[in-house]
Amino acid sequence: MSISGRAAVTGIGDTDYTRDASGRSALMLQLEASLKAIADAGLRPHDIDGIVMPIPSGASVAEDFVTNLSIPDLRYSAATPLGGAGSVAALQCAAMAVASGICRHVLLPVGRTGRTQRIGARVQAMPQFRTVGEFEAPVGAVAPAQYYAPMARRHMELFGTTSRQLAEIAVTTRQHAILNGNARMTKPITIEDHQASRMIADPLRLLDCSLESDGGAAVIVSAAECARDAAKPRVLITGMGEGHPDSPSTITQRADITRLGIAKVAPRAFAMAGVAPGDIQVAEIYDCFTYIVLCQLEDLGFCPKGEGGRFVEGGALGLGGRLPVNTHGGLLSQAHMAGMNHVVELVRQLRGEAGQAQVPDARLGLVTGYGDLGDGTLAIMARE
Amino acid sequence: MSQAMPPKPRPEITEDSRPYWDGLRQHRLLLQCCTDCGRLRHYPRPLCDACHSFACDWVEACGAAHVHSWTVAHHAFHPAFRNELPTVLVTADLAEGVRLLAPLQTEAPVTLQLGQRLQVGYWDVDPSLTVPVLRLDENG
Repeated sequence: MSISGRAAVTGIGDTDYTRDASGRSALMLQLEASLKAIADAGLRPHDIDGIVMPIPSGASVAEDFVTNLSIPDLRYSAATPLGGAGSVAALQCAAMAVASGICRHVLLPVGRTGRTQRIGARVQAMPQFRTVGEFEAPVGAVAPAQYYAPMARRHMELFGTTSRQLAEIAVTTRQHAILNGNARMTKPITIEDHQASRMIADPLRLLDCSLESDGGAAVIVSAAECARDAAKPRVLITGMGEGHPDSPSTITQRADITRLGIAKVAPRAFAMAGVAPGDIQVAEIYDCFTYIVLCQLEDLGFCPKGEGGRFVEGGALGLGGRLPVNTHGGLLSQAHMAGMNHVVELVRQLRGEAGQAQVPDARLGLVTGYGDLGDGTLAIMARE
Repeated sequence: MSQAMPPKPRPEITEDSRPYWDGLRQHRLLLQCCTDCGRLRHYPRPLCDACHSFACDWVEACGAAHVHSWTVAHHAFHPAFRNELPTVLVTADLAEGVRLLAPLQTEAPVTLQLGQRLQVGYWDVDPSLTVPVLRLDENG
């Protein structure tokens, strides 16, 4: 029996996103977002009977939520440590928990104090980075930007993709952040601003890179039959999955470095949902770097491999464009919540709660995750 | 007064990888070759992905390589590399069919292109650690 449509996202919550949460812990931020998501679902904390932790968020564990929320009978706890693919991986994990009847309402909390530890040091502590930590950090490749940049460079050399095309993604995403009301970056930028921003890891410039930020975001995944009486429109998860690339521990040894793990899951998830890329009205696409958005658009099937640069030109990813992408401002301009803010935004869009960035009558959309050294996750959601 | 430079990241060498790092110290780039089916693999790991044999020999790479991709590091994500920026990090196809990520050592800035010929070299970081480097192949 298919898992399609058996789980719904019933609650969403997020905190203010800031550069510095001024002394609030990652756990406090997770709890604030969780309480909002629980209330949004019309539930009370004791209704939660499952917890999936999408990323190692500080040192918090499911037990902290049992203690703080006073959850009387937690029936399932799990973690989905796929880096930035973890939030959407947690959706599938939670959907499996509710579809199997083990849980009714599963909490997925993310909270980060991104500036408290530098990214280079953070990834070196993650077991998924053990291989590159041993063989690539000693020669000078220590941060995700440096691991990912050769993928972008090869794409440019093979297909003629340009830095100005990457800039289109940064500019459009900033326009969306300005409409959001809870975004860290609110000053308009131009393609020329992008081209003038300093080089970080060639070809990636500063404005190709996501933010470090503090905040929390959480969602509730409920069994579809438990969501019938919810106050808000029911948003069903109709297609989902994980895709792990070849050579998942190091990009260097991957046969085709212009293809991400999401290329494997996309056909499966679209088939599960019974829809095609052309049916998608809004897409929240994990954007740790502009190039990662471009490559996912190809791997998802929105355009053939190599044509992502042309696909994103001319504001195509903007509201009113051919495919509105990252309508909240993404990791590039809203905040880096490991993609849980993308899940929150997709649900807002499908409920019609996205304010000035609302895609008219959005009923079908998708959200992706990208993590570590190319893991991909995808969830397709539909409003009933 | 300049602050003391923090140490560079060092490999956490395991039993699976020790021959690779020992080989580099002798200025030899060693790759695992499956004793049973002959498949070469890199980076070092316990099992042959073709035939699932644990048995392996270590064979020396010839040193010939060509450019698969590259990045130029302009930002010091680790303070130990601050004085070396900008650094060209090349993803290189070795003649043996596996890849190497290593810094490019050149006298002057160069414009790289896919397929450009390279030669593997060695850089003694200190007496107990040598890392691979790449140089443009003079005959390339």
